[in-house]
Amino acid sequence: MSMRRFSLLSLAREALRGHSGWQPQWRSPPSPAAAYDAVIVGGGGHGLATAYYLAREHGMRRIAVLEKGWIGGGNTGRNTTIIRSNYLFPESAALYDHALKLWEGLSRELNYNVMFSPRGVLMSAHSVHDIQSFQRHIHANRLAGVDNEWLTPEQCKAFCPPLDISPHARYPVLGGALQRRGGTARHDAVAWGYARAASALGVDIIQNCEVTGIRREGPGGAVSALETTKGLVRTARVGVVAAGSTSLVMAMAGLRMPLESYPLQALVSEPVKPVFPCVVMSNTVHAYISQSDKGELVIGAGTDQYTSYSQAGSIQILTHTLDAITEMFPMFRRMRMLRAWGGIVDVTPDRSPIIGLTPVPGLFVNCGWGTGGFKATPGSGHVFAATIAKGEPHPIAAPFNLARFETGRMIDEAAAAAVAH
Amino acid sequence: MSAPFRTHQGGRPDRARTLRFTFDGRTYDGHPGDTLASALLAHGVHLTGRSFKYHRPRGILSAGPEEPNALVELDAGPGRREPNSRATMVPLRDGLLARSQNRWPSLAWDAGALTGAAAALLPAGFYYKTFMGPGRAWEKLYEPLIRRMAGLGRAPAEADPDRYAQRYAHCDVLVVGAGPAGLAAALAAARGGARVILCDEQMEMGGSLLSQPGTRIAGLPGWEWLEVALAELRALKVRLLPRTTAFSYGLQNMVSLAELPERAEGPRERLWMVRAARVVLATGAIERPLPFSGNDRPGVMLADAARVYALRYGVLAGHRAAVLAAHDSGYEAAFALQAAGMEIAAILDPRAAPPADLLAEATGRGIRVLAGQGVARSLGGRRVTGLISTGGERIGCDLLLMAGGWTPSVHLFSQARGALRWDAARDAYLPDTAPEAVLCAGACQGSYGLGACLAEGHAAGGGHGAAPGAQPGREPSGMPTAQAVAGAAKAPMAFVDFQNDVQAKDIALAVREGFRSIEHVKRYTTNGMATDQGKTSNMVGLAIAAATLGQEIPAVGLTRYRHPVTPTGFGGLAGRHRGDLFEPIRRAPLHGWAEAEGALFEPVAQWRRARAFPRAGEDLHAAVLRECRAVRQAAGIFDASTLGKIEVVGPDAAEFLERLYVNPWKKLAPGRCRYGIMLREDGFVTDDGVVGRMAADRFHVTTTTGGAARVLHMMEDYLQTEFPELRVWLTSTTEQWAVIALQGPKARTILEPFVEGLDISAASFPHMSVAACRVMGIPARLFRVSFTGELGFEVNVAPDQAPALWRALMRAGAPHGLTPYGTEAMHVLRAEKGYIIVSQETDGTVTPDDAGLSWAVGKAKRDFVGKRSLARPEMRRRDRPQLVGLLPRGTVPQEGAQILASPGARMAEGHVTSAYWSPALDRPIALGLLAGGRERMGQTVYATVMGGAPIAMEVTDPVFLDKAGERVNA
Ligand SMILES: Cc1cc2nc3c(=O)[nH]c(=O)nc-3n(C[C@H](O)[C@H](O)[C@H](O)COP(=O)(O)OP(=O)(O)OC[C@H]3O[C@@H](n4cnc5c(N)ncnc54)[C@H](O)[C@@H]3O)c2cc1C
Repeated sequence: MSMRRFSLLSLAREALRGHSGWQPQWRSPPSPAAAYDAVIVGGGGHGLATAYYLAREHGMRRIAVLEKGWIGGGNTGRNTTIIRSNYLFPESAALYDHALKLWEGLSRELNYNVMFSPRGVLMSAHSVHDIQSFQRHIHANRLAGVDNEWLTPEQCKAFCPPLDISPHARYPVLGGALQRRGGTARHDAVAWGYARAASALGVDIIQNCEVTGIRREGPGGAVSALETTKGLVRTARVGVVAAGSTSLVMAMAGLRMPLESYPLQALVSEPVKPVFPCVVMSNTVHAYISQSDKGELVIGAGTDQYTSYSQAGSIQILTHTLDAITEMFPMFRRMRMLRAWGGIVDVTPDRSPIIGLTPVPGLFVNCGWGTGGFKATPGSGHVFAATIAKGEPHPIAAPFNLARFETGRMIDEAAAAAVAH
Repeated sequence: MSAPFRTHQGGRPDRARTLRFTFDGRTYDGHPGDTLASALLAHGVHLTGRSFKYHRPRGILSAGPEEPNALVELDAGPGRREPNSRATMVPLRDGLLARSQNRWPSLAWDAGALTGAAAALLPAGFYYKTFMGPGRAWEKLYEPLIRRMAGLGRAPAEADPDRYAQRYAHCDVLVVGAGPAGLAAALAAARGGARVILCDEQMEMGGSLLSQPGTRIAGLPGWEWLEVALAELRALKVRLLPRTTAFSYGLQNMVSLAELPERAEGPRERLWMVRAARVVLATGAIERPLPFSGNDRPGVMLADAARVYALRYGVLAGHRAAVLAAHDSGYEAAFALQAAGMEIAAILDPRAAPPADLLAEATGRGIRVLAGQGVARSLGGRRVTGLISTGGERIGCDLLLMAGGWTPSVHLFSQARGALRWDAARDAYLPDTAPEAVLCAGACQGSYGLGACLAEGHAAGGGHGAAPGAQPGREPSGMPTAQAVAGAAKAPMAFVDFQNDVQAKDIALAVREGFRSIEHVKRYTTNGMATDQGKTSNMVGLAIAAATLGQEIPAVGLTRYRHPVTPTGFGGLAGRHRGDLFEPIRRAPLHGWAEAEGALFEPVAQWRRARAFPRAGEDLHAAVLRECRAVRQAAGIFDASTLGKIEVVGPDAAEFLERLYVNPWKKLAPGRCRYGIMLREDGFVTDDGVVGRMAADRFHVTTTTGGAARVLHMMEDYLQTEFPELRVWLTSTTEQWAVIALQGPKARTILEPFVEGLDISAASFPHMSVAACRVMGIPARLFRVSFTGELGFEVNVAPDQAPALWRALMRAGAPHGLTPYGTEAMHVLRAEKGYIIVSQETDGTVTPDDAGLSWAVGKAKRDFVGKRSLARPEMRRRDRPQLVGLLPRGTVPQEGAQILASPGARMAEGHVTSAYWSPALDRPIALGLLAGGRERMGQTVYATVMGGAPIAMEVTDPVFLDKAGERVNA
């Protein structure tokens, strides 16, 4: 299957004939084939990336991605797209920086402009404790070869002019940690770009196809097939990448996952001309903000306090978020909220993902990305594909095994820094 | 000044009063009751904005919240600039200053319009296909360019000085929409004795009645009935909220309303969070535009909007109108406009056989109807001058009206998790069933006749007997939109989403490129994602997608209705939570004293705490050294009031603590204290603090300053869900006790004379004792505890008594050298003793053993929170990071510095958690977590330095001072 290359030239050619020659960007067979070598459950960014790298790097051909709705319609298409890799622990830094390096060449790799925009992610410090924590990150990151630097309040202001650094603020900005290579990307394009590239390598992307059961070869046996709303699909390898629904899918194989699912919300403002040059994250004030290419302020809110599968979070979470945003950026008080939405995030006890094997032979899982997995999409797909193909964890994925919750070898980034996205 | 398009009479605006306003530097006039849009139209101004992508000139399309084009910047002075305001919803006021946006150098001559020339290169999603290189060209060149072109208005540049408010309210019936259906519902409910709130986004209540002066209800002319109805509602104490948009429908009928109060002196915006037993939605319907070439030219307008401008505002939007009527309502508009004095050039009806009664009436009125014909394209430049019909006829006009049928406003119903069903006859999605207690009435469920609206509203409001009567209207019909859009995908510049410049052909392209789900189509084309939320574009876009796919509309689906229904101000959502009220600063009772002393403060959790008390000429460092020395040599006084306090009471209190903390509690005698450690379920330290047993069934628990709320939550959580059988009651007492710490060799000497009813000598009140007593006559709880390693006391008294006691102690202590000290000295003093601070030495990955606190864990205890986790193999590894002391050579390393085994190592073996200059040792000291640290005593390790050579440090015991504890037990 060949993929028609996208370029300014191809655009120009098509312009001459009213864009009538464009083909579907990915093949979307109405129903799955009877059998595949590997099936990915979940057509989010992580699932599509997994399928792409399986085909591209591991030579697998008969691969399907089964998506219960439309691809990218889960958290991939609902997130605030903050990308950074300045995580504290070496295991995390390795994983997220692996992803960041892939982001840096992703548009060309996929021949799809995913609009990765390394505008810099600034995390503002508001207490002595924040300072200690951020400086610890910087020391650790530099050792691990990950860029991260300390800014004084004045340097923060220079980097992000809308920031209020008055010492009289409720939570004055006492400095910040800046990762210049961090930034944002266009979430939908990530899903579509991977889908298109995977499809060109022969991957079947089946939408409106919900997995409803996992069949095994006898009790305790290996995976043999998936039951779906579009019929039975035989396969010996299944990669579950179902984010907020992972517990439900894994339960079909009799596995109970160490996950809790919460609604997490975000909102955008009406579009305005460029005012916000970077990404700012404040864990103390609970403000996460950037500006999209379209001009909307993109604002991350918090999770509801109770677990739920309802994508409608509480309004109080939004109002509290806007308290924080307008406190840090008082000039935005006359802006308006244009759209707000929620996604169901799957949270592990140590707030780090699970990537790897499961007690069921042939069943692999990639989940637990919680509030911050978009940034990992390329890296996650890459190491998960290797894990599925080889039947053993990719070295970068290895520490993120499911067994760690039994052994106790946690990778607790959230506890270390209380960082959300 | 004359307003040439104002009718001679009629309309709601108060013509007796004149308001002046400015648009793009020109001054105009209007009247109270006008919107900015109606006042501009009265002066013949249609061109009000530029579109998002191609910067095409745009005029006023609608007369309501669905307006996609006429977005302006309002400027009411510094900090009061507001982008993207819909001119159709801005009530006119005197001195209003408005500007067009997204144009340069001017609205009439906009350089950005050059993109229109390149439009062929810029179809939907073009940016996904190009700009990928070379090198970093995307982020350096293309993206900045796109960003500059995109965006609409300018964000405000200064802090907004206005006030915002929030209110919670409850009612029996919330009615949203004050048109005839909503009014009837509110009347019926209020007459039945219900507490009713009625809100409407318009500045005036009345909805469609406002543009139907001639209609008759209950025997009265429409506007008179409206007055009577409103008067009755007021008399029945119904809360009437005009200028109030219900924008979000949450679980259990929690509806959020955004009110823009009229009064200048009040808050600018008020957010209402209304919990209603029942909600009646009477939100009306919105007219659909139709896609044809140049349907976006200023002067092309929704037909009903033109009717509203004429009848409600007394403004003719043009002299000579052509009406494209795919729906019967186009005829009604044409007839009404003609009656108001407008010339109707023609009605173009794409239906082959328009309804006979309408044809007859048109003929009777001398209006030409072109049946079976549509508009091929509009003519003109920045204003429409005519059209070419699909039959090739050229018709001159200065107003081109579109009547594409109606879309019921089901947003709120959908947000209430209501299911929608497709109604082929009405060519619309209508409300079906919802899990919430919500009813719909009127046009929002596809009932367009006045009689039906009143009857449905009356019923939804729980009314008995007959509804207010009105003439039954004729049942309108129209050409299905799926049919009306046929061919549009081939037409150039036939817009669906006006603001985002989405053309019909963009939607067809998306479908061709495999975007089959309507959510994909929306995202790929951005159709419906503009500030009008797709109110005019969603259904038309859906129809085009369905037509391209060769499917029926219901098979294609529907995009989700998200909140808010219309864009809602950040200011109102944040309300009063700004500045000091954002998260009110917590100030301990002695804050004022510290402030007067010139203390330096630091933010700690929600508190401000005194960090140090520098004297004249001292910097922080010097002050801290002095304060530390005073504590070690004489005595220091410290405000420890921010410590969290929880009173744990009940017959099972000891058992409860036994389960929550790692320590054993049952044998702790009343009058004694113990240092408690609390773990999370995963076995890691989450909080610590001294717990005093006041009586067999009563404990005084202290927590860290930042952990107070978290610990209480955790305790309640366990008590209510895991151990409901325990008879224990928890009360937060953080603010009921002020805590004054006296620490140092002279502490007892200073305190003793103040204490009544208690012998505080070393023998009878040893370290880790607690007792109730009186201090300076004030009832107190006195702890003998120490976080400095010195002989120490903590006096707990009622907060209002604390300042007096503090002052008295200061006076009495002065001859002994009593010195106030702040949190920084406290940190240094405790580090010299190797005491940990939770969240500094611990980070959620530290077990009690890691922190060297194994001694505190009750070995014989059957269970406690986290115990099982501590048994996991990883938790028992000997190379876990363990708390050690570090003796840095020369300089104090940075807290957070990584610890290396050798200066060039690439792998960290731990990190520095605390580091200070120790006045007691007169050298730098540090605490750190080091892999297998307890077995590495005496080794040399290295702390990383940003941009410098690592600092060598000797690994040592974390207790730097008085290992035997002689001082603390003195
Ligand atoms: C509001 C919000 C803001 C966020 N902000 C950020 C951020 O700024 N930065 C960041 O890095 N991360 C962020 N995240 C997290 C990020 O979105 C996710 O971690 C990431 O996108 C997960 O990708 P995924 O492909 O695993 O999941 P998803 O995109 O959710 O994909 C899972 C897919 O599985 C499908 N599925 C589920 N069950 C089945 C079944 N039985 N059969 C078939 N298919 C099924 C779902 O329909 C879904 O499409 C945010 C998340 C939210 C909700």
